[in-house]
Formats: sequence, C-alpha cells, structure tokens
Amino acid sequence: MSTIQEVQDEIISEFEILGDDKESTIYYIMELGDGLPEFPEAERVDENIIKGCQSKVWLTAHEVDGRVIFEADSNTDITKGLISLLVRVLSGRKPMEISNADLYFIDKIGMGNIIGSQRSNGLASMIKQMKFYALAFQAKQNA
Amino acid sequence: MPFTIESIREHFPVLHQEVHGKPLIYLDNAATTQKPKQVLEALNSYYANDNANIHRGAHALADRATRKYENTRTMVGDFINAKEEAEIIFTKGTTESINLVASTFGRKFIQKGDEVIISTMEHHSNIVPWQMLCEANGAVLRVIPISESGEIIFDEFEKLLSPRTKLVSIVHASNSLGTINPVKAIINRAHAVGAKVLLDGAQSTSHLEIDVQDLDCDFLAFSAHKLYGPTGLGVLYGKREILEQMPPYQGGGEMIKEVTFAKTTYNEIPFKFEAGTPNIADVIAFGEALNFISGLTKPLIKAHEDSLLAYAVELTSKIKGFIPIGTAKEKVSVLSFNINGMHPFDVGVMLDAKGIAVRTGHHCTQPLMQRFGIEGTVRASFAVYNTKSEVEKFAESVERIAKIKNK
Ligand SMILES: Cc1ncc(COP(=O)(O)O)c(C=O)c1O
Repeated sequence: MSTIQEVQDEIISEFEILGDDKESTIYYIMELGDGLPEFPEAERVDENIIKGCQSKVWLTAHEVDGRVIFEADSNTDITKGLISLLVRVLSGRKPMEISNADLYFIDKIGMGNIIGSQRSNGLASMIKQMKFYALAFQAKQNA
Repeated sequence: MPFTIESIREHFPVLHQEVHGKPLIYLDNAATTQKPKQVLEALNSYYANDNANIHRGAHALADRATRKYENTRTMVGDFINAKEEAEIIFTKGTTESINLVASTFGRKFIQKGDEVIISTMEHHSNIVPWQMLCEANGAVLRVIPISESGEIIFDEFEKLLSPRTKLVSIVHASNSLGTINPVKAIINRAHAVGAKVLLDGAQSTSHLEIDVQDLDCDFLAFSAHKLYGPTGLGVLYGKREILEQMPPYQGGGEMIKEVTFAKTTYNEIPFKFEAGTPNIADVIAFGEALNFISGLTKPLIKAHEDSLLAYAVELTSKIKGFIPIGTAKEKVSVLSFNINGMHPFDVGVMLDAKGIAVRTGHHCTQPLMQRFGIEGTVRASFAVYNTKSEVEKFAESVERIAKIKNK
C-alpha cells in the first residue's frame, strides 16, 4: 500500500494535468464521486451527518484488523468528489497515521478556490471528524 | 441618459472583469445589485470633501453634510411618494426596519392573543422578528398558504383575518420565487378588520413603481443595497400618525429632545428612531443611486428586466430536466429552478466556473423550501445592466449542466 504522502502526490499530479481550468476540474471532481463505494443505507442517519457542512455529508468509521475504514457520502456531487479524495488518502490506514497526517494536497490542488471558502470550512470539519475517529480507535488500541 | 444597455453598463466598473478566465455574468441581483460610478464617487467625495457629523455642528462642513444627508431623505420620500420626509427613517436595512417595527409597534400594540399574519414565502427577516415578539408577549403568528405556482391563496388569507389581527406583514415581491403579491387588495382587506400592514419591499422597490399613499400601506421596509446603493443601509417608511404613537427603538444621541436624570423626552420623528451617528456617507451616496434609477425610470427598467426574464424562461423551458420553481403570473425578474437529479450547489459551482454568478440554497426562506419539499433552488435574478446575450450564455450553460444527469 502506498503511503499517505504518495497518494497525496498522486492526486496533486492528477490535478496538475487539469491545469487552471475550473470547469474541467469540477467535472473531474464530480466523476471522482462516482467511484466512492455505495454508502450503506442503514448508516444514512442524523448521527452520521457532519456538522459544519452546508451540503449534507455522512461519514462512518469502522476498525478492521487495526485499520480504519471510512465510508462517506454526500447529497451534492462536488462534495462527494472531494470526500472521495479524503477517503482515498486516509481509509485503510492505522489510526496513528491518520491522526498525524499532514493533508497538504488540499491546498496544493487549490480546493478553496474550487469550492469557495464556506465549503472549505465544511471540508475542514470532515477532516476533523476523520481524525477524531482515528484518535478514538487509537485510544482503544492503547487501552 | 440614453437607454442603451451598453451605456448603462459603462456606469458599473465591477461588471468589467473576468472570473475563472471568463467574462463575469452577474445574475445575483436579488442578493445585491452592483453600484454605479455615481454612487462610488459620492462615497469618495463625501469623505474627501464633506466629512462631518450631522445635525449638531455649527460649522460649514457639518452644515453641508447635514443638507446632503437630509436631501437623500427627501429623495427617498419622493421615490415612494411619501406624504412627507419625516416618515422616512434610515436603518441598516430591511432586516432592521422590520425589527424596529416588531420591537416598537409590536410591543405597544400587539398583546397576548392578538395575531400577526405573514405568508409562506417570507424571508427569515420577516418571520423571526414576529416569532420573537409572539414568544415574548403571547401573540399568535398565522401563515397564509401558497399555491403550487407560488402565489398566496387569497381566500385563505381572508379566512385568517379577524378582529384579533393586529398586523399583516408581507413580502411585496418574493426573493426566492419572484412572485409579486396583490398587496393593494391585501392592504384593503387588512384595513377592513382594523389591522395595519407592513410591506417587505426589499425586492419590489428596485423593479416596481411604489406609491405608499396609493397603496395605503402603514409601513414599508427596504434596503439600499438592492437598489444600486450602498450596503448596510435601509429605509423604514411609516405613516406619521403611527410612528408618533410608537415608542423609540434604541436610546442614545440624536433621538432625544432633552435628557435629565429624572426624565428624558424624545425627539420628533424621524429622529426619534435614529439614535446615534447615522450612516452618513452611505445615505448621501444612496441619493445618487436614486438619481440613477429615476434617470432611467422604473417603467423602462421593468420593461427591460421583464424581457430578460421572459427570454430566460423561453430558453430554459426547452431544457430537459429543468424544473422552474415559482411560476406566478406576476413576477419580478427572478428565475428560481432546480435540475432534475442535481443538487443546486453543484449547479451553482458549475455556473460559477463559466463566470456566471447565481445564488443557490434556501435564500433565507426555509419554510418556503419546505412547502415545495426541496432543499433549495438555483436562482438567477436580472437587473437593468444584464443583456440578452448574457441570458443566452446562462441558458446554454444550464443546458450543458442539465445534460449530465438528463441525457
Ligand atoms: C424579501 C427580502 N426581505 C428581506 C431581506 C433582508 O434584507 P437585508 O439583508 O438587506 O436586511 C431580503 C434580502 O435578502 C429580501 O430579499
């Protein structure tokens, strides 16, 4: 499995190919969302909604063999595409890797510019929640 | 001023720019309109030449600033045909104007068991102040239902009226749907049961000719920034006999006649309601916005905007998956819609990528969105400086976007 850094660099170079054209970037992000695994209907409940997002985002985390598996969904295609990137970078990793991750790819691909500052806040809450889950699993493993 | 759109656009520096490498097409005018050069220059000139605190100074600058400030009050009075300029109160905006009425007229004249009527299509600023009032004093809020086309159901309104009705507070033109409400008939019927009427004119004042004497409304609230004027400034019109009976809003300087520790007496209207140093520069600049509008005349502005809306409706009606929200017969130039299978936010971001500025979401009218069972809409709203070719680019872009999910 590639490292968090390797996956981020992969994403950065994919976005570099798209260049400055906002339109193609958005279409690309929307397509990425299609790649996200189907979100389990049973998990589509209020407790799994992330606060701070204007569009709705559902997020769950499960521990499998000491690794954290994230599942996520959104009711908007662009947000869904963006969270698919986070899932791609963080899902399937050890809790400590996740909680310590420096997610520099977000700035590098110009996410704030793409989605506007309000959505960026939503994304920040999404990341906070992912790290929070990771810390919780970490605490459990250490207990 | 000759009425060619190109010459009008020349007055708006902000329109001449690119966003995301595309020429800006600004279709978010219901949120706020852009400002003509005259307004920008007036702001600058006030601070460069006239800046002084008004009303109290004995010097030349104070006198000049006071005259210009009060001149705008006279112009606003003319703009809505108020009987006298003392009936014009400057506020921060529509929101503060409505809150002022709720906390002064409301506290004095609306008691436990009394009723306030609003409609389903109100902006939050014409819902929440009344909910707060009702919570505080035990009055009851009643809501006029609307039809599928986004028009109030007049029979239902009449059924809500009773001697308990103290106030009908209703939007003149809906910011989310564009619907122009039959306010004259509403005012007539409300007055027949002894209720007063407040009109939320935030969206109507920029498009429709307003004559408060002919309408006979008791209050009219609106915002300068939707009228090609500065932000953070608004107007409350009220009939003199009602304003005089209302207690003051905020306490402070300007609003008093005499202060002693034993007792304070209050100034005359409108000053009774303008505590503290007002927004002098923006008031003065707002005068230039009103000049700009009266130079073009409202009928010409409306005719142009109506033709843009009609064209937009015509072009978008052919788009597969296009769902218009709000199809009232009488509308201001607002086109709210959804695309089948798509979230309004996605549509908005994709339009932005084409340089087209629209608004997405609930537009501060969540109960209205609940009525239609939707989360929000995409809203394009047209102003006097928009062009047919902009409408075409907008419609083309919407069509391309709609195709993603509606093949
Ligand atoms: C119908 C309506 N009412 C009230 C308001 C509030 O105006 P402001 O924010 O300028 O106070 C708006 C502005 O969005 C509006 O469209």
